Amino acid sequence: MLTRTMVIWCPDWPVRAVIHLEGMPPTAPVAVFAKSKVFACSASARAEGVCRGMRMRDAQARCPELCVFDYDETLDARAFEPVLEAVEVLSPGVQLIRPGTCAVRAKGPSRFYGGERQAAAVLAERLVALGVDDCRIGVADGPFAAEQAARRAEQQDSFVIDKDGSAAFLHDIPIGVLDRPELVSLLLRLGLRTLGALAALAARDVVTRFGDEGAWAHRMATGRDERAVVARRAPPELVRHADFEPPLEQVDPIAFSMRSTAEAFVSALAHEGLVCTAVRIEVRTDDGCESGRTWLHPRWFDPHDLIDRIRWQLQGSPGPASGASAPVSQVRLVPEEVDLLGNHADGLWGGAPDERIHRALSRVQGMVGHEGVISAVLGGGRGTAERQTAVPWGDQLVPAKAPELPWPGSLPAPAPSTVYADPRPAVVVGVGGQPVGVTGRGVLTTEPARFCPTGGDELQPVQAWAGPWPVDERWWDPEQSRRYARFQMVGVDGSAWLLAVENGTWWTEARYD
Amino acid sequence: MTPTASLVRQAQDLQGRIRQAEGVGLASTTLETLPAFAGCLPGGALRTGAAYSVSGSTHLAMALLAGPSAAGAWCGVAGVPTFGAEAAAATGVDLSRTILVPDLGDQWTAVLAALIDVLAVIVVRPPLPVAGADAARLGARLRQRGATLVCLGEWPRSEAQLAVTDSDWLGLGAGHGHLLARRVTVTASSRAGGGRRVQLWLPGPDQRVRAVGADDSGRYGGRQHHGGGELHRSKAS
Repeated sequence: MLTRTMVIWCPDWPVRAVIHLEGMPPTAPVAVFAKSKVFACSASARAEGVCRGMRMRDAQARCPELCVFDYDETLDARAFEPVLEAVEVLSPGVQLIRPGTCAVRAKGPSRFYGGERQAAAVLAERLVALGVDDCRIGVADGPFAAEQAARRAEQQDSFVIDKDGSAAFLHDIPIGVLDRPELVSLLLRLGLRTLGALAALAARDVVTRFGDEGAWAHRMATGRDERAVVARRAPPELVRHADFEPPLEQVDPIAFSMRSTAEAFVSALAHEGLVCTAVRIEVRTDDGCESGRTWLHPRWFDPHDLIDRIRWQLQGSPGPASGASAPVSQVRLVPEEVDLLGNHADGLWGGAPDERIHRALSRVQGMVGHEGVISAVLGGGRGTAERQTAVPWGDQLVPAKAPELPWPGSLPAPAPSTVYADPRPAVVVGVGGQPVGVTGRGVLTTEPARFCPTGGDELQPVQAWAGPWPVDERWWDPEQSRRYARFQMVGVDGSAWLLAVENGTWWTEARYD
Repeated sequence: MTPTASLVRQAQDLQGRIRQAEGVGLASTTLETLPAFAGCLPGGALRTGAAYSVSGSTHLAMALLAGPSAAGAWCGVAGVPTFGAEAAAATGVDLSRTILVPDLGDQWTAVLAALIDVLAVIVVRPPLPVAGADAARLGARLRQRGATLVCLGEWPRSEAQLAVTDSDWLGLGAGHGHLLARRVTVTASSRAGGGRRVQLWLPGPDQRVRAVGADDSGRYGGRQHHGGGELHRSKAS
């Protein structure tokens, strides 16, 4: 049973999506690259000789002013969503084939609008009004033939293959349109260059020689594509937002007004059998600025947690009293990661002990702020402070620097028990009171005799010391490069310190106490 | 003596007796503690519901934390922004079950009370001198929840006060070597009276905290400036 199908095709969709996102003129030469080969390019780039599958260097040689972007599948799909919605308005039951191409059943619209051409014209008009000026529509028996027909259509026009005319239409089309590169390459080598040549073979022979894939290709080539148009199920709307009119300045009223929104957000997810484990909170202010931040949760968000995150986000960002730069007019809650509710259900005898801890720590976070309760993760690095990363409770435990790298110049064990995040000034002098320094070649100017690790005037004699241990970090990067030398020193009172000198300035990095 | 003064005296006397009665907690149990502390803590180990004060060494507090943490207890470090996590991990603290609250803020007693509710052992450095009333309230909470507090600094009426009174680093010479190990003398005085004095490796040459044994004196004896040399010799031989 063949389905009369209408395929709507928007050429170069990845390019169009990027142009729309970047706000570039539609005539700009743009190419989108996947795996460093041209995935799609704009008409102006094609006019310069850029084509699909070309390497980046070749493409840029042909068209030096080419704007290069990475292919982003999600952006593609997101940009196509309004098109799908527009088509859905005119004809329910749209099937997304891939971003840029969708199919609808032709029967309903053609009856309603008085013919397939008329229906296609209405659709095209609608899409042009949406800003999609290049859309082509094909109508034929089955989605495959309809898509080929759409490729034959003119811009904003339609190409209709009459009923039972698909096989004749497909006869002269090159076999490369089949989306099976290995099979196509084999068929070409066997001398089958068009769909018509493949269709001329007996179906049984094709199956015995090429298996299921060959049978599929034969069905397509003979115009017996019996796939039906499967209407997509519109995804449930899980994003919730609250508008404030007039805009609010203080954090407390915003948090209070968001309570019902947060509850609706959580219950809408629960209705789908889902819980949210990562949420993005987007705040729009009165002056049009938008800011967003993603929050993770070790378990899942309940309404109270969401209110806490909103509070922290508004308090955390710099600016006047409310935290935001201007009065807040809208707050949106976007679920970034959801999980099945069943994976997070409480056990029959209550939850794990970790859950109790989590609740209490969330309360502490409410008192001292999100960054006030942290877990420490050990990482790599040369400085003692950079070897430990503070991760707010609930976030992923990822060290800032990889611990498995060798890190030459890092200190041997034992590690200092007191690490100053902000180095404190120190004083180190030689026997005659002259300052101690390290030359560019790493040679000590004079032996340290007395020092004060707290930067005061009360110098104490050095009992034992070792150094200098030079650290030369990122010398190739003028902004982040650092050169300093480190010393371990023990004073006569038995206290041990880790000191460092950079450009003649001493500071205390850590204490072994 | 005026009648008021005698009343005050009587009230203080009663309070003292109440405190003494509180100290003898029947429900109090001991926590897994590093064997190094067997000789200096009253009862040989950390007790639940008790507060200890530690002075002179962060590493000593880490070592107290290490035993319960390695045994699977959730621990916390509050008010210590300079906490050296790497040293703590080397001592035996499980960082994945350790919560840090670097800045306790204005309402430090409220934050500490919330931590006491769920954590087994908490190391705290109070931002202000601890008032007797606060200590009594938090002490009651500790006993109720069965938690243990290790205070870096003074804590009124603590179960025991541990202080590093002598510290002797090994491995560092005059311009050579590097810090390897430290022998400390820990002086412990318990509330019941009586002081003890033990020698510990804090940390030892193997990064572990343990009591200085009889066999150590021959290998790593002496002061640090020449002690380092001896250590190098012993490693080379």
